[in-house]
Amino acid sequence: MTARTFVCRCEDVTLTEIERAIAAGLIDVEEIKRYTGLGTGPCQGKECLSALGRLLVARNLIAPAALRPFTARPPVEPVTFAALAAGATEHPEEPSP
Amino acid sequence: MTVAMGRADTPLPADVDVAVIGGGIMGLGLAYHLALLSGGKGKPPLSIAVIERSYLVSGASGRNGGGVRMQWGDAGNVRLMMDSIELCKDLAQQLGINLWFRQGGYLFLARTEAGERRLERNVQLHGEVGAPTRLLTAAEAQAIVPQLDVAEVRLATFNPEDGVVFPWAFVWGYAAKAVERGVVLRTHTSVVRVEPLAQGFALHLHTGEVVRARRVVNATGAWSGALNRQLGIDLPNRPHRHEILSSEPLKPFLDPLVVDLSSGLYFSQSTRGELVTGISLPDAPDGSDESLTLHSSLRFLTHLSATLTRLMPITAAMKVLRQWVGPYDVSPDGDAIVGPSPGHPDFIQVCGFTGHGFMMAPAVGRLLARWLALGEAHPMLARWSPGRFAAGGVARREDMIIG
Repeated sequence: MTARTFVCRCEDVTLTEIERAIAAGLIDVEEIKRYTGLGTGPCQGKECLSALGRLLVARNLIAPAALRPFTARPPVEPVTFAALAAGATEHPEEPSP
Repeated sequence: MTVAMGRADTPLPADVDVAVIGGGIMGLGLAYHLALLSGGKGKPPLSIAVIERSYLVSGASGRNGGGVRMQWGDAGNVRLMMDSIELCKDLAQQLGINLWFRQGGYLFLARTEAGERRLERNVQLHGEVGAPTRLLTAAEAQAIVPQLDVAEVRLATFNPEDGVVFPWAFVWGYAAKAVERGVVLRTHTSVVRVEPLAQGFALHLHTGEVVRARRVVNATGAWSGALNRQLGIDLPNRPHRHEILSSEPLKPFLDPLVVDLSSGLYFSQSTRGELVTGISLPDAPDGSDESLTLHSSLRFLTHLSATLTRLMPITAAMKVLRQWVGPYDVSPDGDAIVGPSPGHPDFIQVCGFTGHGFMMAPAVGRLLARWLALGEAHPMLARWSPGRFAAGGVARREDMIIG
């Protein structure tokens, strides 16, 4: 592994950037996500989250049993606005003041 | 060397001059500005601690759309936001972090006669205050955003100084610089009890620790009511959930943040390339109170998508990547609740920003620090007084609250 090893390929987050977050005292997956942007791209962490968890456990920063994934954000896979618009149960509201 | 910040095991002093509860942008921006002023003009340095229940940016500061605008309906708010945007211009240099601040303007669209009147009033007011907002025809609005369907648009306004930021970086920037200047930052720690003392307060933490503070700042926004009630402070701000989403990232194609006044729809393209968009969502049909629940709804996705694809048809083929929820801290008259609490003048509120605190925070942090450290009054502080509600409250002055 090198300093240019990419952990999150969607958001180009490198191992070095994760090391910097840990050096800043951030050891919770939610805060590392928000410090580095890891897991906020199109795959939503499907690739990088387990790598991050493994790293935190290997460093003894968290007990394996305490490790939790970050909050899942719908939709599971990207969906077009057109498909979602077709699912509207009410018509868009008429203009109001 | 990276500054260590936001740890659950940061040692806390037993006594501090100022304890800020809430590590959002308000609390951290205030702490940063207080630390800048601390020890100045022959005054002794202030000891400052910020205590956050969860991780930084876990609340509304990490969940908002990042819009920053001067286009308000009331002169006080326009002036405040002119200050805030001015501060944003070199804040990245001061904080040493990329804030992704991009001034692409805000484009407001009116589709009704009432909306048209609001925009005409705004342009008149902004001209008097010195904000460069101009009125546009529908065709001129379309020249700025060619993908808009402007068939229903009667009038628009545009201010090129308005813009967007990336909220997370902003909060980290304030946190790191505050810590660098001596602010103690403790995260993952709840304040379970606030005990009034003869001078100041004792904060009892969930860890069993106790911190005594000469003055306490309640910067917990939508969660502030529970702390206030412990002291018998009765304020009318209430949480309101607001949903938002972002799309897949695309190369830059949209300059301004666009707001449709009629539906409360807003959308912008962040510097990361995502479309970030939200809308006023009518309350749940079953009337259930979900004010502080942070689960996402399909109702929001479909309602927003139907409105967005009608106004901007090209978005039909774009994909939604992720949705989330954040709470507005809604004040009944639309004005923030900032200053000494009724009955507890050393318990200071920085709440009630009604969904627009993030954009105001740069200016608020500075003016509030000047008041706390130097006793300098700012005109907005009189207006934001938490005591105003006891006297029956004041009439709403602002009608440009979106979402």
